[in-house]
Amino acid sequence: MTAPHTPAGGTPLLVGEGLCKAFGPTAALDGASVAIRAGEVVAIMGPSGSGKSTLLHCLAGITRPDSGRVLYQGQEVSAMSDSERSALRRTRFGFVFQFGQLVPELTCLENVALPLRLERVRRREAERRAAEWLERLEVTDVAGKRPGEISGGQGQRVAVARALVTGPQVVFADEPTGALDSLNGERVMRLLTQAARETRAAVALVTHEARVAGYSDREVVVRDGRTRHMEHTR
Amino acid sequence: MSVGQAFLGLLESGPRHGYDLKKTYDDRFGHARPLHYGQVYATLSRLLKDGLVELDGVEPGGGPERKRYAVTSAGVTDVEKWLGSAEKPEPYLQNTLYTKVVLAVLTGRPAAGLLDVQRAEHLRLMRELTQRKITGDLAEQLICDHALFHLEADLRWLELTAARLDDLAKVVRP
Ligand SMILES: Nc1ncnc2c1ncn2[C@@H]1O[C@H](COP(=O)(O)OP(=O)(O)OP(=O)(O)O)[C@@H](O)[C@H]1O
Ligand SMILES: [Mg+2]
Repeated sequence: MTAPHTPAGGTPLLVGEGLCKAFGPTAALDGASVAIRAGEVVAIMGPSGSGKSTLLHCLAGITRPDSGRVLYQGQEVSAMSDSERSALRRTRFGFVFQFGQLVPELTCLENVALPLRLERVRRREAERRAAEWLERLEVTDVAGKRPGEISGGQGQRVAVARALVTGPQVVFADEPTGALDSLNGERVMRLLTQAARETRAAVALVTHEARVAGYSDREVVVRDGRTRHMEHTR
Repeated sequence: MSVGQAFLGLLESGPRHGYDLKKTYDDRFGHARPLHYGQVYATLSRLLKDGLVELDGVEPGGGPERKRYAVTSAGVTDVEKWLGSAEKPEPYLQNTLYTKVVLAVLTGRPAAGLLDVQRAEHLRLMRELTQRKITGDLAEQLICDHALFHLEADLRWLELTAARLDDLAKVVRP
């Protein structure tokens, strides 16, 4: 097991230590460790199949590791009950994936308001806050449209708005620009990192694109289920 | 960068003095590397000799800084030809990184580590350029993007090479 990598300056908000996860005979993670501080944008890089998504899912409490620990603010996530864990995901975490994450039957505004509605925020208030986030992400014009009626780039910006609307401490993003062209990908990254920095949210960003990683503060490279750490911090 | 042709293009909007040309060039294209005055006047005298520019009135007192230059019709044709011709793609076949990787494999040193160090360094520079891009104007964005795409290409090569180190070892050290 590798020692958890704790970047200089500040207690980490989210830590994964010696994470192992096998799917049948495949060891997807084989002793991966990451520590993420508040407000930090960390790029998780590495070749296809190296375990990036599995690592992200373990950190986010979506996948339970076979061994190793995930600590959020010093609390062990895998020791929590299912309902505690899903409350953590709902209130402290935000998620952006490559595609297919918006509810097709809802308008974009309703999609962004959804996480707030699940927290029992009143409709009017939830939609007001959702509209604010759509504006910040420069997609006010799609508020009344359904996901099937907008472009991929617009959809990703709506997804970023939805991930940030609850004011999460950590945003987990798995190839958020994977389906976009360069210009739209850049725009999503600029808006995502800008918004995250303003709200002091940490971002765990899985990407295999170096230009996308250019928006991060630091990278963690995953290879064969293990992490390699580079010490360059901005 | 062809300074001569850039001068000719800038002169198309009207005659200019040497120092004015230098300043305009530096503002638009000089970014990291402004021109030396020596370079400016050497370029202008070459253009003059080739008939691509002509003197447009010399103020009394003499000295190179008094001269005003205008582009000739041969000069305009030259710019047009330059803009219409393809640049030679730079294939970087004599790559230092490649040499380092082969030498590391050849001497039994850990080539993967070398690639990791290089990746980190490339990413560091890419972060810097991304920052400049976010805060810069459109011209700055285009320049940074050009550099970023090239660095990205290097990085893709690094990844591919990292994945092929075992094969490379077999070829280099049979
Ligand atoms: N649910 C699953 N069932 C079976 N095998 C899985 C599952 N999820 C991941 N794996 C395997 O675990 C390994 C790591 O997968 P993971 O999705 O984490 O890789 P990745 O780095 O995200 O790859 P990519 O860049 O292609 O998305 C792969 O070999 C994959 O086939
Ligand atoms: Mg993945």
